[in-house]
Amino acid sequence: MTLNELQPGQSAKVLEVQGMDAVAVRLMEMGLTPGVELVFIDTALWGDPLEVELRGYRLSLRKTEAARVVVESLYPPSSP
Amino acid sequence: MSSATSAATITVALIGNPNTGKSTLFNALAGTKQRVGNFPGCTVEKKTGRMSCEGQAFELIDLPGTYSLSPRSPDEMVTVDVLLGRRIDAKKPDVLLCIVDASNLERNLYLVSQALELGLPTVLAMNMVDIAAARGLTIDVAKLSSQLGLPIVELQAHKKLGVDSLKLALLQAAKQKIEERESPFPPEFVAEMNTLRANLEQAAQTNSHAVLPRYLVERLLLDTSGYLAGAVLHPQEQHIPPQLETARQRLAEAGLPVPGVEAMSRYGWVARVLQGVVTRPKQRRVTASDKIDGVLTHKYVGTAIFVLLMLLVFNSVFSWASPAMDLIDGLFGSLGEAVEASMEAGPLRSLLVDGIVGGVGGVLIFLPQILILFFFIAILEDCGYMARAAFLMDKLMAGVGLSGKSFIPLLSSFACAIPGVMATRVIENPRDRLATILVAPLMSCSARLPVYVLLISAFVPPVVYVEYFLTLQGMTMAAMYGIGILAAVAMAFVLKKTLLRGETPPFVMDLPSYKWPSLVTVLARMTERGWSFIRRAGTLILAVSILVWAASYYPHNAADVPTALWQQQTQLEQQIANLEKTAAKDDPTLEAQRAELQNVQNQIDGEFVRHSLLGRMGKVIEPAVVPLGWDWRIGSAAIASFPAREVIVAVLGVIYNLGEVDMDESVESADSPLKQQLRAAVWDSDSPRAGQKVYTLPVALSITVFFALCAQCAATLVVIKRETNSWRWPVFTFVYMTSLAYLAAFITYQVGTHWL
Repeated sequence: MTLNELQPGQSAKVLEVQGMDAVAVRLMEMGLTPGVELVFIDTALWGDPLEVELRGYRLSLRKTEAARVVVESLYPPSSP
Repeated sequence: MSSATSAATITVALIGNPNTGKSTLFNALAGTKQRVGNFPGCTVEKKTGRMSCEGQAFELIDLPGTYSLSPRSPDEMVTVDVLLGRRIDAKKPDVLLCIVDASNLERNLYLVSQALELGLPTVLAMNMVDIAAARGLTIDVAKLSSQLGLPIVELQAHKKLGVDSLKLALLQAAKQKIEERESPFPPEFVAEMNTLRANLEQAAQTNSHAVLPRYLVERLLLDTSGYLAGAVLHPQEQHIPPQLETARQRLAEAGLPVPGVEAMSRYGWVARVLQGVVTRPKQRRVTASDKIDGVLTHKYVGTAIFVLLMLLVFNSVFSWASPAMDLIDGLFGSLGEAVEASMEAGPLRSLLVDGIVGGVGGVLIFLPQILILFFFIAILEDCGYMARAAFLMDKLMAGVGLSGKSFIPLLSSFACAIPGVMATRVIENPRDRLATILVAPLMSCSARLPVYVLLISAFVPPVVYVEYFLTLQGMTMAAMYGIGILAAVAMAFVLKKTLLRGETPPFVMDLPSYKWPSLVTVLARMTERGWSFIRRAGTLILAVSILVWAASYYPHNAADVPTALWQQQTQLEQQIANLEKTAAKDDPTLEAQRAELQNVQNQIDGEFVRHSLLGRMGKVIEPAVVPLGWDWRIGSAAIASFPAREVIVAVLGVIYNLGEVDMDESVESADSPLKQQLRAAVWDSDSPRAGQKVYTLPVALSITVFFALCAQCAATLVVIKRETNSWRWPVFTFVYMTSLAYLAAFITYQVGTHWL
């Protein structure tokens, strides 16, 4: 699954950032590297952009950018 | 100062992530000894300052806040070139000062890991130690210092704590030699880089040019966009790009794909360096900042708070500024009168009163809005809210191809485009920033209000649909704001698809922890913006005002005025002089004579303006403005209002023989002399429409629409020049806005005459 598919409050581990363009480089520079754990906080109104917590800070990124980040859910969401 | 001391000046370059308190530190170090400019040929801000420590002089260069030193564009290259001493306009730094946020060390050290490869003596300033402590983080600074091999100074820049020890550390570092550091990259990568370096050294030797610094060789290997190869390789080095390709292939096969290998290696290095340095509380502490963020970035609550906050800011800029603006206006008005009373009539007096005093007043009038807006922006930036504002508004702005960062500059432009354009500096993507700058002047600013009110109240029938809420005049006013917004949306969309197209820039940014804004930082930011406007835009705006004054004054030929008027004037003056000797001070005949004299003088002034260069220009362009329903007087008034839109009210006053009209009265009073004159004005006898009323509803609307969209504001154009560092963009803005305004006015008039 990708980062934008997580539920608010869900934790996940980054597996891969797809692509090698400026967006991919920036995502990795901001610390979205394989193995790092993150928490998806929530989206803004209209479902975009997303707020994520990782490496002890909060990051904002757009849905299209989050779709580049392949993650593995750490705790299955409790809500349906 | 002798040249010996200046030669020994230590140059310090300051770098750091955004939101680490870098500007606060710069202000704390350099105080008021700062200079702000641009690096030639680009929009990157060059901020330098001076300081001293134990008799040693330092020169500071503040470089733009950045998450990394991975240049992919000329603007990003500037920072790297300065740090490597590759620019002729900046001395190579002797010491690198790197500021990091203690509460966010992991990500901040990414930039440090790149900075350490530049081969400069480096000092680490660890800011926001108080915030880290509030989060329950314990940082073993001594251990971190030894693991990094760097001096670290703990700081609370907003309280100026640690600044003196930082100066000492910089002095120390400048004397020290730098040791070779271990690369954060795996050996396979280092080997590839060494091979490449050897090849480049050979090429440099055979072609006798300078060898590329080690850091750039590494970046060549890592930059898959091709930008860097184009920027730094010599024509004789075209054999290098294919070598880069094969090297990257070998690395990918070894499980070290470029560009991913860089982030992996550097974050790996960061993890090693931070081993045992940072102790986090066992249970992740929910800080006040987290709680605040939960509310302020909440989908509904956060958005509602944002809207309220923006209303507050916007209203304050509007309403707080107006008393100050009235004061400036009044002050320069009285100054003008004082000069007028103390001098003989003539070109010099007119230049002083209308050109210079009026021009300086026209510059200073913008100051209240600039200061108030930047007061709020500085608070929002300093407390960490600015990034949230961009977060909340991003989706809305993405619709036209911009990002959330364009929202506040555009909103500010409803008060005044000048601070709006200046506020675009927060947008780091050059294309997005330019698009925002170019559409910002389309927002209906407060200077358009007098024009709207004058024409709408004089010509739009006062139909009331719902008492106090819905009137035809009110709706017309709203429509003017709507036209501006629509045009801006369309223009931004078109610009982003044509002139400014390119790949969508990443909107990946950090949302910093909230903190109390520091008053010192806020005030420093405010005054800096205010000064930079006066110093660098002021003189040009003044020059434009003087030019337009000259056009409306010269040739000032007495023969242009009918002799009858001159005779009348002399006659009246004599009669008044005689009466003054005999009659009482408040004699009604004397009063009437004086009023008559004023009237004659206004007519003479009117004749002069009508025969001035400006009036002639109006006549020349009349064929072009007739399709808009305008006569040459409106054409001249439109030209004369090039320095500032609201000037049209005064110019119409002079043209219609009213002399110097009171702006507020002319606009606000329902039946002011100016409104009466406009309603009564008819086409000249030599025109095909001789005797017909000039100002019909379609004509009034056509003028209003024109002023809603035109670029009649020299100050905005000058500020655009200043912010884009080129004349190309203000010229572009003027041309496109004038064409748009002309077209819209044409459609309004034509549709109006056929349908209304």
